[in-house]
Amino acid sequence: MKTVEEIKAAIEAAGVVPSGGAAVEIVHNGSPSGQHSLRLDPAYAVEVAKFLRDDADLSLDFLSNATGVDWPDKEISEKVKVTRPVTRTVDGPEGKVEETSEETVEETRKHTQPGYLEAVYHLFSMAKKHGPVIIRMRTVNRSDQVELPSLTPIWRSAEFQEREIFDLFGIVFTGHPDLRRILMWDGFKDHPMRRDYVDPDDFEYEPTPHDEVLLRANAHRAASASPEGTAAR
Amino acid sequence: MSTSINTVAETAVSPEREVGWNRPRTVETEGEVLEVAMGPHHPSTHGVFRMDVALDGERVVRLKPVFGYLHRNHEKLAEGMTYLASMPFTDRLDYICSLSNNWALALSVEKLAGQEVPERAQYLRVILAELTRIVNHASSVGFLIQEMGASGTPLMYAFREREKILDLFEALTGSRMMCNYMRFGGCRVDASAAWLDATRKVVAALPAFADEFERFLCSNEIVMARCQGVGILKPELAINAGVTGPLLRASGVNYDIRKVDHYGIYDRFKFRVPLGDHWDIYDRFMVRLLELRESIGILEQALKDIPAGPVMDAKAKIRGFRPKPGEAYGRVEAPKGELGFYLISDGGPNPYRYRVRPPSLINLTILEDMCLGENLADVVLIFGSVDIVLGEVDR
Repeated sequence: MKTVEEIKAAIEAAGVVPSGGAAVEIVHNGSPSGQHSLRLDPAYAVEVAKFLRDDADLSLDFLSNATGVDWPDKEISEKVKVTRPVTRTVDGPEGKVEETSEETVEETRKHTQPGYLEAVYHLFSMAKKHGPVIIRMRTVNRSDQVELPSLTPIWRSAEFQEREIFDLFGIVFTGHPDLRRILMWDGFKDHPMRRDYVDPDDFEYEPTPHDEVLLRANAHRAASASPEGTAAR
Repeated sequence: MSTSINTVAETAVSPEREVGWNRPRTVETEGEVLEVAMGPHHPSTHGVFRMDVALDGERVVRLKPVFGYLHRNHEKLAEGMTYLASMPFTDRLDYICSLSNNWALALSVEKLAGQEVPERAQYLRVILAELTRIVNHASSVGFLIQEMGASGTPLMYAFREREKILDLFEALTGSRMMCNYMRFGGCRVDASAAWLDATRKVVAALPAFADEFERFLCSNEIVMARCQGVGILKPELAINAGVTGPLLRASGVNYDIRKVDHYGIYDRFKFRVPLGDHWDIYDRFMVRLLELRESIGILEQALKDIPAGPVMDAKAKIRGFRPKPGEAYGRVEAPKGELGFYLISDGGPNPYRYRVRPPSLINLTILEDMCLGENLADVVLIFGSVDIVLGEVDR
């Protein structure tokens, strides 16, 4: 089994990604499990995935687990030492005067680290019986740029799992053949696995299928002459 | 109404779709297309599960599984509690095989925190996991026969044996189904000598049960007529679709995580991995019966070799358990397939991310592929041969 460094080198040697760039990054794992992962640039992800599946040495033909992780905006406060002019009023021989001197003071600065959503895939090889190779991708943010390329065309087992990520985390997989909610009902609006999700008070409320909900529900049904789903006349 | 026929053909497979190479690109229908919602309250669905089926006469031209009726967001719940507090919740995933689920979570957390497990606890885990496998395979075969129309009796043969094993679980863990037995770094309580003797007795009677089960069912004309050559799943598709467990091995792919990962102490036991030849329902049913026999073999070896000693690692920390920041993915060969837990720790007492890789859900990905072109009555059998539990599909 190759290490993540060797896999990264193999991906770059195969010319799938421009070499020297940040298209494939190694993410180290501090846990004793020692399962390090590769972060892929979404622009090259499908090509890299194809390479990982088809390369004779790796032949990662089995995508075992696909899941999402939510990393919300993080407010980081750090203490920094700054040197700046400080003006003080001091008693001089000719009364009070203003004196300015350079002083070093400690200041707390806050900045927000923007959050993102992450998709994590665990790959194994059934042919070579090795694994796991872990690949992950990040979205740009958590609100309006949440698209990632779907790996379902490479590994069919991502089909339901990516639907689940879409449902619970809200990552939109472009190129997925059938992207719709899988566990929550069709009329549901939010993404419950996000860390800032708040349960509604009436969480047992379930819209009955009529009006707008019915229209949405019908979009997922097989087309039929009778929209209520009764036998075709 | 030719329009409805055409739309079915278009929606079944979108033209740019590369996946599913045993799925026909267009489904040609001869007559009217009839939509049937099988479930959520249907006796064959093993719980609340719906299949939206489009039928051309008796033939299935489209099938969409719909689930989520039992969804309680187990993952979210687990992220709000300590690692150990999710242990009883894992019993409720696949409630037939609670001890395999316990082991999967324990294994992942042990990987995450780098914990050791004492010898005796390893043996106890193997014994309990294999007993669970026997319970699952016997009852899933029993259910399959029931779905074929043999109401009650064959299932009761399986359940008679299951009762004996559940009594053993109750004696050891205090509960028949919700066992909550394993801990990070060992097991909760030690097994007494009397319990081991009782287990030996039950295991000694199991080969006769397997013989009886096989004699009654395998050469049965109806079973053969209904199962052979139906619901074929090609190995290439099975691998690509992430199918695991007996369903994968019935498609002829030699992949058993007990053999691949050697987790626990599985490298010490001699057992074979049964594989299917024809990739149909009958093979799945036979693979389960043969695996049941192999499990009996593992049990005999484990019960012979089990050493004395502690069942809990003395260094294992129960209170104030905070693994170092990092992540781990651990998996076991549960009776239904690969059950994995993916955990991310941020150094706190609760997991930052807790993910269950449910074999039942992922094995359903190819349900439509297996059912297309088959009769509606066979859908029930094909679905039964996948062997799912809705508690795990919906989580």
